Amino acid sequence: MSAYIAKRLLAAIPVIFGLTIIVFLIMAMIPGDPATAILGSYATPENVEKLNRDLGLDKPLVQQYFIWLGNMLQGDFGRSYTLNRPVIDEVLERFSATLILAGTSLVLCSVLGLIAGVISAVRQYSWVDKAITFVVLIGISVPSFWLGLLLILVFAVNLKWFPASGMYAIYGGGDLPDLLKHLFLPALTLAVVATGVIARLTRTAMLEVLRQDFIRTARAKGVTESTVIYKHAFKAALVTVIPVIGIQAGFVLGGAVYIETVFQWPGIGSMLVKAISTRDLLLVQGGVLVVASAYVLFNLAADVVQTILDPRLR
Amino acid sequence: MKRLLAAAVTVASLAFASPSLAQTPPNVLVVGQIAEPKSLDPSAVTAQNDFRILLNMYDGLVRYKDGTLEVEPALAESWTISDDGLTYTFKLREGVSFHDGSPFNAEAVKFTFERMLNEDHPYHDTGPFPLAFYFSSIDTVTAIDDTTVEFKLKEPYAPFLSNLAYATGLIVSPKGVMDNGADFGRNPSGTGAFKFAEWEANSKVVVTRNEDYWDGAAPLQAVIYRPITDTNTRIAEMLSGGIDVMPEVPPDSLQQFRSDANYTVYEQVGPHVWFLILNAKEGPFANKAVRQAANYAINKTALVDNILQGTAAVANGPTPPAFNWAYNESLEPYPYDPEKAKALLEEAGYDGEPVTFYVTEGGSGMLDPIAMGTAIQADLEAVGMDVNIETYEWNTFLGKVNPGLEGKADMAEMAWMTNDPDTLPFLALRSEAFPDKGGFNSGYYSNPEVDELLNKARQATDQGERAELYKKMQEIVQEDAPWVFVANWKQNAVTKASVENFKLQPSFFLMLQDVAKPQ
Repeated sequence: MSAYIAKRLLAAIPVIFGLTIIVFLIMAMIPGDPATAILGSYATPENVEKLNRDLGLDKPLVQQYFIWLGNMLQGDFGRSYTLNRPVIDEVLERFSATLILAGTSLVLCSVLGLIAGVISAVRQYSWVDKAITFVVLIGISVPSFWLGLLLILVFAVNLKWFPASGMYAIYGGGDLPDLLKHLFLPALTLAVVATGVIARLTRTAMLEVLRQDFIRTARAKGVTESTVIYKHAFKAALVTVIPVIGIQAGFVLGGAVYIETVFQWPGIGSMLVKAISTRDLLLVQGGVLVVASAYVLFNLAADVVQTILDPRLR
Repeated sequence: MKRLLAAAVTVASLAFASPSLAQTPPNVLVVGQIAEPKSLDPSAVTAQNDFRILLNMYDGLVRYKDGTLEVEPALAESWTISDDGLTYTFKLREGVSFHDGSPFNAEAVKFTFERMLNEDHPYHDTGPFPLAFYFSSIDTVTAIDDTTVEFKLKEPYAPFLSNLAYATGLIVSPKGVMDNGADFGRNPSGTGAFKFAEWEANSKVVVTRNEDYWDGAAPLQAVIYRPITDTNTRIAEMLSGGIDVMPEVPPDSLQQFRSDANYTVYEQVGPHVWFLILNAKEGPFANKAVRQAANYAINKTALVDNILQGTAAVANGPTPPAFNWAYNESLEPYPYDPEKAKALLEEAGYDGEPVTFYVTEGGSGMLDPIAMGTAIQADLEAVGMDVNIETYEWNTFLGKVNPGLEGKADMAEMAWMTNDPDTLPFLALRSEAFPDKGGFNSGYYSNPEVDELLNKARQATDQGERAELYKKMQEIVQEDAPWVFVANWKQNAVTKASVENFKLQPSFFLMLQDVAKPQ
């Protein structure tokens, strides 16, 4: 097992580096440069040239990349010029905020999705199944940024139950209940689509398993229905569902970009959006590196869990 | 499974536990910012958003008089200007200290400007200082004694005093810079009414009252600046009580706040002008009659009333009325007269040649550029002009427009906000300001008379004399129509009704020294 994990990790390294090269090239190719972004209307060729020199952006592209790579390998991710602070500080701070949001969301969508899927499958074609399917379809179809705004309007502006944005209260607060209060709406919004996907898939997987011979055998042996469903069928269905949860983890990370912007969650998604629009190359590189590594690790984790659950894969 | 459910219920009930949310405490003002500040070092920043914090933490030698763009003493008590306009001598206020305890004196003034301008200065590497060119006319800064400082200019430069009042001219603590180096922007120290307390990245910047402020301590105990980048979220925070002040309210929401007694809406015209650059070098707009026709053809009143929903006024000429002393009151805007436009086009022999129109998606001061571009296209097509729009993201757009429109486009949207009537025409209307000479005259307008007026105005040190020159310039430029003059933006802000003494300034600076919020 550990050899397998090591092999997968090694294979991820070229993927991540390839990605940094692609991102670097894209950032270099899109029109507009950091100096123009900073100077705005004042971007005369003369001012731009001077500022580029001050920022170290007057060197050839390849050289810039290798300088970045060299520094990065020594643990120096450079300094963001739009934020005027070390990239690594910003990225880690932002990423931990995203992990809190995405992690909560992932737990939320896994739990809700699995419960809904199992109930749907066990009570196939009943009104409960139909109601769940209906809600799930709406969940999959609603654009999440719109849902986010709607939730803000209802629960923050009108009912005033939850804060409209941010991660902690601006004064006081800062403790766990405060965090949970701020976390609830964005995590819920982010979880909706993935919940739907997981629920649909769990339902299908459960139905398939329930039709198989070993379930009939178990029932014939007189095993109680709840043991059949939760011990035998659910466990077998999980094997199909787990890798999808791994993929959903990636989607949740990606979806965090909108949700973080709508809820002003100080995560890495909203950081990347801002960094790209201000052409903050070092910040984009640092952010992409972290997000890509996380994506690879999530998928790896899903595969490992699957291997543990499914003896056929060992 | 049951245990999981129980945990979920616990989490949910925890979150619901205290429904009384989002009431900001008395005497603390929470301001909704449009973005995280880049830095709190006034020499290093360029954005209005950052100025909203800095103008309350630092002082300049001079400042804009309340409600105007004219300067009055601040850290300097008085000054004299030599007859040749080359030497400015400032007498400094005594007994003022920076927030870090170090004294404010002539050396601090010298340090502030030399750090920005002098590449050999030991602290020049704590930059970059993108707006240092505001002071590029400075030759030397000398500390004559502790309370006297002398600036020698390379050439007479009338906007100098006004630039000193701008955010880039705010005085920084030399001790603060020396102690913190490049991190000064996160450990700032000035002489202003509020001192830096805390900056929690992506969450808030807190400043607290400077009890020893030379101009009297402020009524507010503290100001908290919250970055909320999404406009809809910012509105939601204002409605749910999470912020007290929200600048830059979108036109669509102004009405909602206006009709609610819990809020007060403020508006103030500023030194902003929104215009179309016309390519006077080639294509149809090389002909003055066609340029005038465009000015007649576009219904500016409809643009500001319908698209901008009254958040702007129709522009008369190149100089916004906010520069009241230099503004030519006798100018009338080009009226909306499509018939006259058609006649002018016919007179010019315009043959329906298509024109390319650069439109941007957004950008500093650009208001609602796509909707405006489309309406302008429709107005021009109504008089028989064939207009093709090309839309670009702001940075790309600047990269296309600033190097000049030649060979690419016939017209382009543009907007400027400046602090002196000199800046925009000097940088964008002179023959010496063509893009290849480092200026912003992207439409290649050239009139020797305008060049001379602008050069003279820059040399003059008497405000009355300068005013006359600018007024004359406005007349000629309006007649020549190198631009379509469209709108002057009114900045706006909404506050909770309990916020007192709030005022917007024509400088677009947010001054909170006198604001109170007793409840």
